[in-house]
Amino acid sequence: MTTPEATAEHYDVAVIGAGVVGCAIARRFTLDGARVVVLEKAAEVLDGASKANSAILHTGFDAPVGTLEADCIRAGHAEYREIRDRLGLPLIECGALVVAWTAQEAARLPALIETAHANGVTDVAPLSAAQARALEPALGPGVAAAFRVPGESLIDPWSAPHGYLAQALLNGATLRCEAEVHGGVRNGESWRLETAAGPVSARLVVNAAGLFGDMVETRLLGAATFRIRPRKGQFVVFDKTAAALAGHILLPVPTATTKGIVVCRTAWGNLLVGPTAEEQEDRTTATLDGPTLARLRARAEEILPALAGHEITAVYAGLRPATEEKGFRVRAEPAAGYIAVGGIRSTGLSAALGLAAHVRALWDAPLRPIADPVWPAMPNLAETAERDWQRPGNGGIVCHCERVTRREVEAALTGPLAARTFAGLKRRTRVTMGRCQGFGCGAEIAGITAGRLAVPMLPRDGDE
Amino acid sequence: MSEPPPRPAPPTPHAPPLAETAAPPAQAAVGAGAVRGCATPTHDLAIIGGGPAGLGAALEARRLGLRVVVLEREAEAGGIPRHCGHPPFGLREFGLPLTGPAYARRLVAATRAAGAEIRTHTAVVAIEPGPRLVLATPHGVDAVDARRVLIATGVRETTRAGRLIGGTKPGGVMNTATLQGLVYLNRQRPFVRPIIVGTELVAFSAILTLRHAGIRPLAMVEPTAHVTARWPSALLPRLLGIPLWRGTELVAIEGTERVTGVTLRSASGTRHVATDGVVLTGGFRPEATLVRQSHLTLDPATGGPEIDQFGRTCDPAIFAAGNMLHPVETAGWCHREGRAIAARIAESLAGALPPPEPALRLRPADGVLYAVPQRIVPDARTTGAIQLRAAAPVRGRVVVRTSASVRGPAVDTVPERRILMPLATIPPDAAGEAEIAIEPDGRHR
Repeated sequence: MTTPEATAEHYDVAVIGAGVVGCAIARRFTLDGARVVVLEKAAEVLDGASKANSAILHTGFDAPVGTLEADCIRAGHAEYREIRDRLGLPLIECGALVVAWTAQEAARLPALIETAHANGVTDVAPLSAAQARALEPALGPGVAAAFRVPGESLIDPWSAPHGYLAQALLNGATLRCEAEVHGGVRNGESWRLETAAGPVSARLVVNAAGLFGDMVETRLLGAATFRIRPRKGQFVVFDKTAAALAGHILLPVPTATTKGIVVCRTAWGNLLVGPTAEEQEDRTTATLDGPTLARLRARAEEILPALAGHEITAVYAGLRPATEEKGFRVRAEPAAGYIAVGGIRSTGLSAALGLAAHVRALWDAPLRPIADPVWPAMPNLAETAERDWQRPGNGGIVCHCERVTRREVEAALTGPLAARTFAGLKRRTRVTMGRCQGFGCGAEIAGITAGRLAVPMLPRDGDE
Repeated sequence: MSEPPPRPAPPTPHAPPLAETAAPPAQAAVGAGAVRGCATPTHDLAIIGGGPAGLGAALEARRLGLRVVVLEREAEAGGIPRHCGHPPFGLREFGLPLTGPAYARRLVAATRAAGAEIRTHTAVVAIEPGPRLVLATPHGVDAVDARRVLIATGVRETTRAGRLIGGTKPGGVMNTATLQGLVYLNRQRPFVRPIIVGTELVAFSAILTLRHAGIRPLAMVEPTAHVTARWPSALLPRLLGIPLWRGTELVAIEGTERVTGVTLRSASGTRHVATDGVVLTGGFRPEATLVRQSHLTLDPATGGPEIDQFGRTCDPAIFAAGNMLHPVETAGWCHREGRAIAARIAESLAGALPPPEPALRLRPADGVLYAVPQRIVPDARTTGAIQLRAAAPVRGRVVVRTSASVRGPAVDTVPERRILMPLATIPPDAAGEAEIAIEPDGRHR
């Protein structure tokens, strides 16, 4: 169906990749008045790096000072706080404790506090071991010292990007899934992109292709200025009964290569531990490893000994689009109508809105912002605010571990950003993501979704 | 069914449910103190969970004249048997080898006929002192106050996550209950040549379920050297020509959209096997989140609430019965246990149970995985038994070590097998701490 003669749909901006960064960029350009198309290779949005992270809205206190990453996290954090009420997005302002477990780690805390100050995060407070323990009585033995970062918060890592994209779509943007970009040519003022879903023409192409950013750049420009080196992170999630063991996000003292193993609650009321940092070549598959997961559980039980005996609800692994350099890799060629947002190897969830504003400012085309944009209200899945099961007319709970109602599932299967895969339905509603992992509701969910997902949950009748 | 004279409260068979207008504001957060007020109890007994144990308790409580409500979170009561479309269920209760769904329907009908109210689509989200139960219903948040509460929330199987299995996360990996729901309720065939992990009794239910759907399992794998379920179930795979690989562990699952294979490890090394599904059976654990989040004491050994021989938890108004006390028993056992504990609840309402303290506290020791009840209150009429499981295959004798050592039954057992030690063998005045252990006799099993 993709032939050179086909007529391309024309847009101002084509965003390649519907991860958290692409969604935020699509929203920014749409609200500023551009005609936007989002091109996603997968059948569903948030299907790459954005499907797995630690679900924290960072302040950027530990970002390298003076970098684009530090600026974008700061701006992203501020904009999230500004817009989250109108989009119905949660914010659990629990704060973080950076915990030193050895004298050597404790010796590095003053420098980290200095970095925080230089990053404009001035409310950090050093704590003695006793003070840290008073704040977090469940901490294991061996705490040497700590400091507190009040602004570190928990959010829903999927309702946020879904909200950004939903707002873009409601204000005129277009989403094309299963639309991998195979190549493109620049003709004067605009690009003609050849995609798996047909040709698309746009004045500006924004490459937010995450784990495939360098490949997309090569397809468009002939060569890439960065190379993705996927970094795998594995996580273990404990049941909601464990969440009371940690009030703060418990961060380790970071090393040169990783933020280290975090223990924190989630917006949904679980407790997670992770990630690992494992380099690999494969860009699509993040495999779990039993012994590594057992080590994560053991580490979590060192940090919070009372975790022993709590049940594990879920395990997952994700890939971060790291590159050969540590920083974000933003490349702007305004004259060529091309901007790449590459190497968002971590902190993408926190920095996305800031990155979007940054990218928008790199393109000087005159646009007329939408005067009175539509604000979608995202369904709340956080335990700290009212859930649908607490309201009348919810149709009954379908998934009991996560208390997901039939009305929530129906809503996620309809609308401009309807779930297209079972994984997408899980990210929108949390069905089957609780402690029983579908033991109780798997069959019922399969029944409800039969024939309603672009990629069916189960083989269709007769498939063998 | 004969009706004995009602006691202790006059029956009001259809106590009205709490009016919707009496529901607390929908914004009410869930948790201790969320729904307050000193409402007069509308029921003598509120039962959480309409499976075999909960329905057995409701039936007996009605026979004894109590005002009973069963709170069932699913669309239909009946519990796990609802999904098990194969016999034998109900031999003890109905004298017939029924399929699970037929058995569940009969239990529900008998309970309703006895005058018990069963509220479906009603999930208990918090147990509070009072006792008061906070409910989630299609109409929003509600609450029930009852003079006594029975927790009968049952069990679930250990998930792939709980087993820390490596690999990818494709579709086609599920517990037995999900498989049963897909096959018997939805009439779906999720895969064609799956492997079955585990050899507890439920694994043989998985085989029957697959057979019903015309699915031929590739093999059954068991990490230990022993088949857990007892004869004659263990003969089933051989009868059906299904290979049984003992001493084999599932270490990784492969595939993106669907399962394409698994990695197995045994003494002879690691090997890859092509398969399109994984059925994870057994590893039952109590559905005890409500208990963990309440004021009740949990027994780390069972994962369920700590009880005395009357099924009474540390809150004397709250009782527990069924598989959440002892993962895992048959439906018939749970039904009978529910009935027995309902009779104790009626006694409790009549003030006829001894006080909860002093009590002998039993702690599992050498060779014992768990023992129920965990507390034994001195009681002149003591009947019944301590129910325990071995941690590993063993031959020997059960002992309770109090100030003296009390000899229990000789055993030759594996972990799935129930061991009973009559309560009457425990000295009636024993109190304080005691260990329950299995002392091996030195012979290999």
